[in-house]
Amino acid sequence: MNDLDVSELSFQNRGPYTFTIKSGEVAGLTGASGAGKSLLLRAIADLDPHDGEIRVGEMRCNATPAQLWRKNVGLLLAESCWWFDDVGDHFQTSEKTPLVTLEKLGFDRDVFSWQVSRLSTGEKQRLAVARLLQNNPRALLLDEPTASLDAASIERTENILVDYCRQHQVPLLWVSHDHTQLDRVADCRFNLDDNAVLTQQEGSCHGG
Amino acid sequence: MGVKPLSPLDLSIAASLVLLLGYLSRRLQLGLEKRLAVSALRTTVQLLLIGQVLRVLFGHATLIFVVAISMVMLTIAGREVMARQHRRLPGMEGWLLGTSSMFVSSFSVAFIALAVIIANDPWYTPQYAIPLLGMLLGNTMNGIALSMDRMTETLWQQRQVVEQRLLLGETSDEASAEIRRQAMRSGMIPIINSMAAAGLVSLPGMMTGQILGGSSPMDAVKYQILIMFLIAAGTGFGVMSSMWLLTRKLFDDRHRLRLDQLHVSS
Repeated sequence: MNDLDVSELSFQNRGPYTFTIKSGEVAGLTGASGAGKSLLLRAIADLDPHDGEIRVGEMRCNATPAQLWRKNVGLLLAESCWWFDDVGDHFQTSEKTPLVTLEKLGFDRDVFSWQVSRLSTGEKQRLAVARLLQNNPRALLLDEPTASLDAASIERTENILVDYCRQHQVPLLWVSHDHTQLDRVADCRFNLDDNAVLTQQEGSCHGG
Repeated sequence: MGVKPLSPLDLSIAASLVLLLGYLSRRLQLGLEKRLAVSALRTTVQLLLIGQVLRVLFGHATLIFVVAISMVMLTIAGREVMARQHRRLPGMEGWLLGTSSMFVSSFSVAFIALAVIIANDPWYTPQYAIPLLGMLLGNTMNGIALSMDRMTETLWQQRQVVEQRLLLGETSDEASAEIRRQAMRSGMIPIINSMAAAGLVSLPGMMTGQILGGSSPMDAVKYQILIMFLIAAGTGFGVMSSMWLLTRKLFDDRHRLRLDQLHVSS
């Protein structure tokens, strides 16, 4: 089992939140801007201080070195950052073969020699997905991952992410404003209201 | 041959030049006249005071006295490093960070110079110890202040990149390595440049002083070379240790970037 178990998670006067996302399950998360969706994802990725326990399978956040935890709990932000000149330098040289992923995202091997400064926002975001997946995360947290993409790219990216989730049986938490997107990808839904209270909407989400 | 003593009249003539500058500053609306006046006054008072202190010190050359004066100098240098930070760690913590780096580098380098290289009897002879430490502290202070300011400012501007790197599983050291390198460079470049330009563009102050005081130029030059090396080493070690400490403060043990601790100075 590889469930994402969040129990009594609290941070910055929010929470406590307790919920579970089963392995291979896509949970949607909606809520008004400012309700703290991004903060919740940051806390789960251990990027912000928090109380409570988070587990993925047998792996406990507090008992795992931070960098290892973040490799395993992959957080994709709405806007990706790049710091080297070439795309390829952002990928690990030893295993520059997320080729299947890259192809599915609409790139070929040449992309590694591209300059970051010449990428469009959409290209950056799709490459950010490939960059994230090369860590082979055991749980995925997506913060409006397709906000900057056009319709064709949105579909491709959704498929990649959902395929990864099913194939590797990882729990996936998907933040989106777009309810039709969540209709397509999510098995169940959470909502975070203005008072930062998390409720289960429908489907088979566990907890709330 | 000693230095020709300056009379109050001599200094008054020089002061009138500063007054003229203040007048021009007002006419040109530079708005600097008040700061100019305060600074000129501070220079006068502070130097006269330190002159008195040194006079007493040179008369009673005890180790305790020398150490006490060094500590006062160190404390003030630590405050100055703090004051030059735009985004700073507040309170004791921030002061301690710069001060301990200066202590480690300036004091150890000064000690080696005094006890091993110059080797007076006693090694803490204040005529050597205080000016030497003063020059070392002044320069490490500049280097450390520059590096710390550069580091916090760049981390602030690039916090999204740093957090992105952390999210991909890098450690805090890896995610901030390039920023730390740049910050270290910016703290060390001034002394490296002044070593490269020494003698060609300007005659360094200490050497000039020694020549005015009647030393032979070659003796003065050798002391200046010694001082340059000591300053370069002291600044470099101080900058490195402050960057090491600052990285450990700005990231917590879970490798999170904690810029929330920084206070912006007004």
